[in-house]
Amino acid sequence: MDWLLQQLINGLALGSIYALIALGYTMVYGVLRFINFAHADVLMLGAYAAYFLAPAVGTVFPLPSLTGALIVTLLSVMICTGIGILIEFLAYRPLRQRPRLTVLITAIGVSLFIEFTCQHEAVFGADTKPFPQLLPVHDFNLGGLVIGSNDLVVVVTTLVMLAALWFIVQRTKMGTAMRAVSFNQQAAALMGININRIISFTFGLGSALAAIAGILYALKAPGIDPLMGVQPGLRAFIAAVLGGIGNLPGAALGGLLLGLLETFAGGISGLSNYRDGIAFAILILILLFKPAGLLGKATVEKV
Amino acid sequence: MNRRLLLPCASAFALLISLTGCGKNGDGGIVIGEFASLTGKEATFGISSHEGTLLAIETLNAAGGVLGKKVELLTEDNQSKAGETSNVVNKLISKDGAVAVLGEVASSRSLEAAPICQQNGIPMVSPASTNPKVTETGDCIFRVCFIDPFQGTVMANFVTKSLKATKVAVFTDVKSDYSKGLAKFFKEGFIKNGGQIVAELDFNGGDKDFKAQLTAIKSAAPDAVFVPGYYTDVALIAIQAKQLGLTIPLCGGDGWESQTLLDIGKDAVEGHYFSTHYASDAASPGVVAFVADYKKRFNGKVPDAMAALGYDSAMFLADAIRRAGSTDSKAIRDALAATKDFEAVTGKIAINAQRDAVKSAVILQVKDGKFKYLETVAP
Repeated sequence: MDWLLQQLINGLALGSIYALIALGYTMVYGVLRFINFAHADVLMLGAYAAYFLAPAVGTVFPLPSLTGALIVTLLSVMICTGIGILIEFLAYRPLRQRPRLTVLITAIGVSLFIEFTCQHEAVFGADTKPFPQLLPVHDFNLGGLVIGSNDLVVVVTTLVMLAALWFIVQRTKMGTAMRAVSFNQQAAALMGININRIISFTFGLGSALAAIAGILYALKAPGIDPLMGVQPGLRAFIAAVLGGIGNLPGAALGGLLLGLLETFAGGISGLSNYRDGIAFAILILILLFKPAGLLGKATVEKV
Repeated sequence: MNRRLLLPCASAFALLISLTGCGKNGDGGIVIGEFASLTGKEATFGISSHEGTLLAIETLNAAGGVLGKKVELLTEDNQSKAGETSNVVNKLISKDGAVAVLGEVASSRSLEAAPICQQNGIPMVSPASTNPKVTETGDCIFRVCFIDPFQGTVMANFVTKSLKATKVAVFTDVKSDYSKGLAKFFKEGFIKNGGQIVAELDFNGGDKDFKAQLTAIKSAAPDAVFVPGYYTDVALIAIQAKQLGLTIPLCGGDGWESQTLLDIGKDAVEGHYFSTHYASDAASPGVVAFVADYKKRFNGKVPDAMAALGYDSAMFLADAIRRAGSTDSKAIRDALAATKDFEAVTGKIAINAQRDAVKSAVILQVKDGKFKYLETVAP
């Protein structure tokens, strides 16, 4: 029984990270109808930004501490927001009027470009770097069950981000404009919405989420390398599809489900080799019966 | 271009290439190729072994070279990536005209180079690939390290006798030939000692979350866990094991020995054990001299086992070239195969019929953020 509950905790902690990354994918998709594959690499840049900032911030606010961690995160978020807006401006904006496939392939190109540039000796180098301890760590022991403080931080952050995003999209003027752009770009422009500004804002917001996810992911596994975003990025993308792409609570649900599936499959002696295989086979089954994802609405494409 | 001009141009170009080719060998140097993981996931291994090799070549040349000729070392990086090794080894052999090839640490990538060297009849000496399959490729492939059946048995005996463990869990990296081989021989040895394997779990090298498997290991209540992985993964495994309250010793092989293990793992790797090729704090005169030379050459850096093996691989090859009395690849191969009692930094080496080095292993423990020598195990 203990074993089962511990795996449940492990799965929820892992799933929350996937959920947090998936939120970024799904939000950009919701507005622009395309998958920003560079999201996973912005996540990596967020972790590296924190890696380089931590020693400097640490001289003023000694790490590990909550204040220090918040400041490092805030600065990384600002850097990544800038990078996200820049990527959109340089790579995607010139292709705004082109077919969606062109933008999709460009996104893959941007992703590879960032990964391999960062692997170069003169940038970050390809070797694994030790990520600094930003937060004080405490493992809570509840009668044989262990809950790490980092895991709690991840779960709480994911919930807060989900709520904040929902608020921005549903209750603010900017969010209304985002939804209008998502609905029909031309009509939104005719109503006086500055499309470029809305799209830049969407990318900035998505990249800010990626930076937070990157730092939390690095705290969980404190060895960072330029390809660290690839695996969680792929999983989060699948989580977003599973939940119904474009749907915020769906992304969170998909992330949690994927984390739990992976954890339970990985915890079986002799079967752990097939961890991803089992998890993804179940996902395919779900999508066979619910092609639009768990919370997605089936829409009819007008041709 | 005019068709009549094409042929002269092409032949001029070919002549140019052959001339520059001659230029490389013509100045009398012995060209030795080296491939290593200088960047990428196992970069600290590649860099260490390369630095050891470089020190050996410089030492040889400072003493007048081999057979009166300077030794020219050409190094290529395979970026710790599958597929890249075959490109660079082909280049070293066909374009650079290497008479022998040195490399590398990771067994998966040595296995990629071995068939190419074998086909071309070029002797290859691996410094630190411990998977038995590497030299099984053919009679041109040698190594200066022990192999996993020996290393696995050494650790199985250590876990049984010194740690007094009877129940052990094995946690294998299914992506790596090295890890799978070592796990297999450990299990065989441990069961032969009367031990019991209570859980067998797998991970994929490069994973970041190991809690699912570690929770399963914890619930099986073993006395120790054998983790034959590479240092980046092992560091994360140790951290997450500690978080889950798994306080039993972790044991592993030579894939652990890297400063990065200590940098990432910090206090989580404290107290764990692994087997490796040599201890830099050993008292033998060969080791002391090597450590001093290496520190002088590389800014006070203490050489790890990979550096010592990189050094040994080059010295071992130079010794064979001397005994062969020529730089003919076939003669070098025969001299390598006939090596008996070669005094290497990592211990006395004899080459057996499988072209593997027969030599002893050492067991180290992580203590106070350093690798501490525990014991030597003879073959």
